[in-house]
Amino acid sequence: MFANFFLELRQAKVPVSIKEYLALMEAMDKGVAEYSVDDFYYLSRSVLVKDERNLDKFDRVFGHVFKGLEALSAEGATAEIPEEWLRKLAEKLLTEEEKKQIEAMGGWEKLMETLKKRLEEQQKRHQGGSKWIGTAGTSPFGAYGYNPEGVRIGQDKNREGRAVKVWDKREYKNLDDTVEIGTRNIKIALRRLRKFAREGAEVELDMPDTIRSTARNAGYLDIKMIPERRNKVKLLLLFDIGGSMDAHIRVCEELFSAARSEFKHLEFFYFHNCLYEKLWKDNRRRHVDTYPTAQLLNTFPPDYKIIFVGDASMSPYEIAYPGGSVEHWNEEAGQVWIQRMADTYRSMVWLNPVPERHWSYTPSIQLLQQLSSNRMFPLTLGGLDSAMKELNK
Amino acid sequence: MKFTGTDSYVASDDLRVAVNAAIALQRPLLIKGEPGTGKTVLAHEVAKAIGAPLIEWHIKSTTKAQQGLYEYDAVSRLRDSQLGDGRVKDIKNYIKRGKLWDAFTSEQRPVLLIDEIDKADIEFPNDLLLELDRMEFYVYETQEVVKASQRPVVMITSNNEKELPDAFLRRCFFHYIRFPDREIMTQIVDVHFPDLQRNLLREALNIFYDIRDVPGLKKKPSTSELLDWLKLLMVEDMPPEALRSKDSKQLIPPLHGALLKNEQDVHLFERLAFMARREQRQ
Repeated sequence: MFANFFLELRQAKVPVSIKEYLALMEAMDKGVAEYSVDDFYYLSRSVLVKDERNLDKFDRVFGHVFKGLEALSAEGATAEIPEEWLRKLAEKLLTEEEKKQIEAMGGWEKLMETLKKRLEEQQKRHQGGSKWIGTAGTSPFGAYGYNPEGVRIGQDKNREGRAVKVWDKREYKNLDDTVEIGTRNIKIALRRLRKFAREGAEVELDMPDTIRSTARNAGYLDIKMIPERRNKVKLLLLFDIGGSMDAHIRVCEELFSAARSEFKHLEFFYFHNCLYEKLWKDNRRRHVDTYPTAQLLNTFPPDYKIIFVGDASMSPYEIAYPGGSVEHWNEEAGQVWIQRMADTYRSMVWLNPVPERHWSYTPSIQLLQQLSSNRMFPLTLGGLDSAMKELNK
Repeated sequence: MKFTGTDSYVASDDLRVAVNAAIALQRPLLIKGEPGTGKTVLAHEVAKAIGAPLIEWHIKSTTKAQQGLYEYDAVSRLRDSQLGDGRVKDIKNYIKRGKLWDAFTSEQRPVLLIDEIDKADIEFPNDLLLELDRMEFYVYETQEVVKASQRPVVMITSNNEKELPDAFLRRCFFHYIRFPDREIMTQIVDVHFPDLQRNLLREALNIFYDIRDVPGLKKKPSTSELLDWLKLLMVEDMPPEALRSKDSKQLIPPLHGALLKNEQDVHLFERLAFMARREQRQ
């Protein structure tokens, strides 16, 4: 029975290893669970699950194996929903009472239906106005320009086995579950940049080495120097936000949080779809607090390394023609601005969360690929690695 | 040795089982959860409950794994050698023991708290794998092996700022402290402020959970903030009525500084208050 439990956990993609299974057996042997189902549940959870993100999956499997509940559906690829979107959704669509009501009414199937219906209403109502819909239609992803692939409601709050449901599965799989790119992995990839930065002039006193060689010199002071340890790489991150990028926000946030703690000189700005004459730092105040791109070009010296993060998926007009932007009238075409960036900054890469094999189907991606002189990389570990190599050149 | 919670710490069933499993199987217990839900306090309480000495190792961004084992103080040895001190002949005099060494050689089985492991360098947990697994390490300078006579109860806390490596996670038990619901929160407050007025507590909890439900807060207030706030309310002798007033001017709770920790959140609240007032006027 337990072996079965173990195998089902693995099937449900909860990362458990033999070692943990044996630890559970050992704990049972020592009588930690004391023949109570609840205690056994707590015990096995604490032994087998090592990440709160997997708790929900674990609960489902546990329920299935030991109570014969409904199985995790085979296509239940549980994508996580961008937090901002969830907040908006919860704020706008469902109150706590409503959730309870719906649950009482007919469970999750019903709820999902309602959610979907409301989403459609929502889309209609806000057409053109709200930033959520800003790019609807330009996204390569089909019907719902902004709606993410999967919904998981209130994941970190719920007790057992609440909402896990995916609806309207899109053709593209979200990067969340196809590529394992966690903050840790990103950091290790970003380290390539950091290591390089440590080379340079020998300006810092190497205390241990000085002491060692002074001791070797019978007390005669022998000063040793090493290159400065501080990470001197300067990084400018430009994030595409909103519209078709919403599906990738989590990956981007991870990249961002990893980058933030690894680099001292790090600046970031947001743009929408393509770079135009304005950028902003706070997405909530994007129309109020803007930062002129021209000023950016003048403020940040050319030794800054530029990383664009964006799916580059839009209508080619948005890049190639003045006035092509979906949000405002732009005097100069997006490509002019991108060209200016490329002229100013020698090190520049574009990271694209869209899987590389799909690039050739989207003209705008090819266009931007050309504009950045083939320095577009997929936002995967391998891609990040090659991007860092490119930046170090 | 069984942990059942103490009179100053309310432990939920799942937490109790996790702690007992870690004690019985002698594995490290990794504790995660929102800041301020009592991760660090847990180690103190466990030590108190099972009557074991507590050894705390607080991790900073500059902490190296080696520092937890031992450090070799070459500078003072150099100085002593120039002064002709006799101690210099024995390298042992210059080895400073780290927290792990203390824990391994403690006479009584201790509780070792490794606090905020995610603050350290990304390789830090990997550097401790063998030490935590076998509970022994090798001192290069003196060529001796320090081995734990009795495996300490190891508690590790993390705020999730960095992801921990899989190899490390496999060696630990894990517990995620959920944010307590109303019922448990009432128990927790009872433990800390036994003579708090019932109705004041009810009003305070209402406001507290309301604040936590506001979408878009940067930092949700947590248990420790609630306790601070209650303490303030008691010191100020705030009547329960002051909390209950649903007057929209008072949308920002009194003494909110204890609950809302950054200006954006306060600002968000002010804006909500402003909107509520405008709605009323219409």
